[in-house]
Amino acid sequence: MRYQFKTEYIQDIRLFRWGGARAFWTLLGVYTLIVAGLNLFMPGQMTALNWVGLGAVSAVLYTVVVRKVAGDALWYGLLGIVVLTAPFVLDIYFVSQLTLVYIYAIAGVGLMLLVGQAGLISLGHAAFMACGAYVAAIMSQQGYDLLVILPAAVLISAMLGFIVGLPALRMTGIYLGFATYAFAYIFEEVLARADGLTGGNNGMLVEMPQLFTFLDGVKIGGLELGPIVIDNEVKLYFLSLALVALTILVGINILRSPTGRAFSAIRDSEVAAEALGVNLAIYKTAAFAISAGMAGLAGALNAYFLSYIFPEAFTILVSIELLVMVLVGGLGSPLGVVFGAIFIVMVPEMVAIAKDILPPAIGEQPGLKNGVYGLILILFLIFEPLGIHGWWLKAKTYFNLFPLYKQGLFKRQKSYMVSERDR
Amino acid sequence: MAKSDAFLEVDDLAIHFGGIKAVDGVTFSVKKGEVYTIIGPNGAGKSTIFNLIGRIYDPTHGSVSFEGKRISRLPTHKIVGRGIARTFQNIELFEMATVLDNMLLGRHAHLGAGLLSHMGFFPHVRREEERHRHMIEEVIDFLDLQHYRDQRIAELPYGVRKVVELGRALATEPKLLLLDEPSSGLNVEETEDMAFWISDIQSILGITVVMVEHDMTLVNEVSDRVLAINYGKVIAEGTPEEVQVHPEVIRAYLGGDEDEPAEGPKEGEGDGEG
Amino acid sequence: MDKAFEVLWRIIAGASLVAFVSPPFLFLFGVIDSSALMLYLQQVVSGVANGCVYALVALGIVLIYKATETINFAQGEILMIGAFLAFTFINILGMNFWLGALLAAGGTALVGMGVDRIIIRPMVGQPAFAIVMVTIGFGFVARSAVSMVPGWGTDSYAIERPFAADVFTWGEIAISYDHAMIVATTVVLCAALFLFFRYTKLGIAMQASSQNQLAAYYMGIPVRQIFTLIWGLSAGVAGLAGLMLAPFTFVHTNMGMVVFRAFPAAVLGGFGSIPGAIVGGIIIGIVESLSGFYLDEGIKNVAAYVVLLLVLVLKPEGIFGVVHRKKV
Repeated sequence: MRYQFKTEYIQDIRLFRWGGARAFWTLLGVYTLIVAGLNLFMPGQMTALNWVGLGAVSAVLYTVVVRKVAGDALWYGLLGIVVLTAPFVLDIYFVSQLTLVYIYAIAGVGLMLLVGQAGLISLGHAAFMACGAYVAAIMSQQGYDLLVILPAAVLISAMLGFIVGLPALRMTGIYLGFATYAFAYIFEEVLARADGLTGGNNGMLVEMPQLFTFLDGVKIGGLELGPIVIDNEVKLYFLSLALVALTILVGINILRSPTGRAFSAIRDSEVAAEALGVNLAIYKTAAFAISAGMAGLAGALNAYFLSYIFPEAFTILVSIELLVMVLVGGLGSPLGVVFGAIFIVMVPEMVAIAKDILPPAIGEQPGLKNGVYGLILILFLIFEPLGIHGWWLKAKTYFNLFPLYKQGLFKRQKSYMVSERDR
Repeated sequence: MAKSDAFLEVDDLAIHFGGIKAVDGVTFSVKKGEVYTIIGPNGAGKSTIFNLIGRIYDPTHGSVSFEGKRISRLPTHKIVGRGIARTFQNIELFEMATVLDNMLLGRHAHLGAGLLSHMGFFPHVRREEERHRHMIEEVIDFLDLQHYRDQRIAELPYGVRKVVELGRALATEPKLLLLDEPSSGLNVEETEDMAFWISDIQSILGITVVMVEHDMTLVNEVSDRVLAINYGKVIAEGTPEEVQVHPEVIRAYLGGDEDEPAEGPKEGEGDGEG
Repeated sequence: MDKAFEVLWRIIAGASLVAFVSPPFLFLFGVIDSSALMLYLQQVVSGVANGCVYALVALGIVLIYKATETINFAQGEILMIGAFLAFTFINILGMNFWLGALLAAGGTALVGMGVDRIIIRPMVGQPAFAIVMVTIGFGFVARSAVSMVPGWGTDSYAIERPFAADVFTWGEIAISYDHAMIVATTVVLCAALFLFFRYTKLGIAMQASSQNQLAAYYMGIPVRQIFTLIWGLSAGVAGLAGLMLAPFTFVHTNMGMVVFRAFPAAVLGGFGSIPGAIVGGIIIGIVESLSGFYLDEGIKNVAAYVVLLLVLVLKPEGIFGVVHRKKV
């Protein structure tokens, strides 16, 4: 086991524990140096396979050289390399699957903050995604820049979240779930009715957005600049990657800041939170607004991903899918959300593969996917309330404590929510 | 309005739940720097008085003033900002958070940075966190909680939770501390520790303490003055010795519905609004 | 603040009530003619009939909630299973309608007890929301599993009934036999449940377990088994509701969506009150039917949710509910 000697209090609020940020940048530096060197001396040799090989070589080098200082950061560094090189190496189909993982993770971080941290239940998150999606679709049609569209999608969804959060001041627990569900249903109906703006039930096509439109026609020393049109999977991949990184960063920042603490206070005891000066009205609505803003961002990206949206794409099933995602992934950590997002994207793939093996009476059923979701959800809730993230924690502890790990170590940890009749 | 010399002034305070007069015209005042104890049989309305001072309930009539300013119309979350902190009868800690986070929540009223800067975790947020952390470490040292710093409340024994809750109240840097049955659920040794801390809080930190307590040993040890109430009404006030021999008090404990002697075993079960 | 909400609630509820009872008086004073009044009453009748189905589903949810603090999101799927069982017994096996209905209710009760035993009991002590998610998971699994049963699948079926899909007239109001059966069954069922809870030992034991698990346990009541029986009872009621819903939505894997009409009913009645669930269900049925007829088909879809939001914001304890206050 690694002992940490506390020399400064700031250790407890660091973004990456054990000096992660520094290690990440060193790893990136090692990698870039090698790539640049090879490019100089062996031009034309940089095929996709070589990129991966180089990643592996630099990771090994890095392990030997920097591991002593870095610890956990090795994994973050490796992850960084993998996600940055993935679109050049992987089949385009997998690239878009990864994009979907990022989109789900963005919405998931928001939902995790709301459900896991603030203990407020939402069965209506699909509505916030729908809001973001329609804002993005409508504004792209008008030819706005992504730099305007995305903040607008986030802000408008957050406003909506703020409004939905107002009933949260009067109720708790599953009642809030009902209220959010009712709101989402009404919102879906409104989208279907407002056909002048949204195309109603026929849905609307989403035009591909442009980034940096202000660069149109700008020249710097003979080099002509222009806007970037997000018109293929790889560009959308990098856009989503940047945004998911930003969202997770914001999520972690909230979790380690006083705001995150106030959220958890609301979750565990409203009376005590108020007695300590937490303004319930502000923090509850803020939790909803932040969460809805992130869902809106995911919705906007999803609109570009699907390139065609309609109200039925955002029903309660989507809201529940998001909840399944954060629960299976493991509440309380952004890492768990990412695991959950991978899970939710992988299940349909697995089901598609299983269809070839299973007898047609089972395999041919359209409901199979949801059945598998349901089954896995039940199994996780009964046997592993900490979710996939719980496995991760256990594996990590196992290796850290080897050979001293004992079975009952995580026994006392309950899952992350409380909700009682009398609150 | 309050008299200028009184620190906490409760004037003709009353609250009715339906037909039940849980607190019925209670008047008392607490001087700066003293330890003031409220005693009374179960269901006498002691905790309800705390909940009225802490603005969890709206009084039916009457008023509460603190440092000469009326606080009985303030929103609940503003109370701590005036310098009043409290503990709860059945412990209201944040179960899934660590001791450290619980204590840091005590600093909530002293926060400077807002939500947007928290999202970015800018340098000034970092500096502020560090400053609060220094203060928390002082409280942790004061109450000998070093060992439990990173443990979650759900993993702690009851006695430690009680101390953590006291620590969280101290972290708010209060001028007035409301302790709702500080010794309930503690063993003899832990109760003695609690008595020491209450005296230290009064003498070293200079904080005024108002407490509700059943354990008469603890009451005698630390209280400057005692208020006895029954059925929501004041029946006696004075030094611990005076109140204990007061005929009304003896009758309340022995002759009422309760069989509890005045110096009997301490009562772990809560008394409530009823 | 709370007072203002209460006043607003009274105004809205009072105005709705006045609007609801006004047509007969409007007719008496000659403002509307008799055909308009009959049309109105026709809508009310069909609203009450639909509302009875909501009421029965809500009743099942409330029974379980009162006892175990679990909100069963899979009540709709249990109803769906009940309808499929009835379809199997009556259409496929060719049984007598009433016998088939009884067997279907019994079979659904067994399913409910199985759900409690297999997936709910391991969750006892977990946070309420986790248990809710388990029931949602079960709902997914049930829908998927039903679609895989040979002879069931994802098609829609109608259950054969002894009476024609016909109407009889009462005055100028046409009432279908299906509607009449729903109302009659609901009344009989409610009466039976009332007598059961009031006079049988088991019913009283169920009430005791709902009110205080620990005390009931110390009095020698086998609380866990009682909870399983409550799940069975609730599922049996849902099975009957499924049978009665079948003529309108057909027997289909998605017919369980009716549960999202039952939640507003249960909340309106003050979640946890059995008479409340019945009254709430009937009110939701009437509101839907009237708003669909006089306003717009789209309004009909959202009417239940508008009511739900209003109740949750203005009067969260519902019509018959009790205010819970946490003691500190």
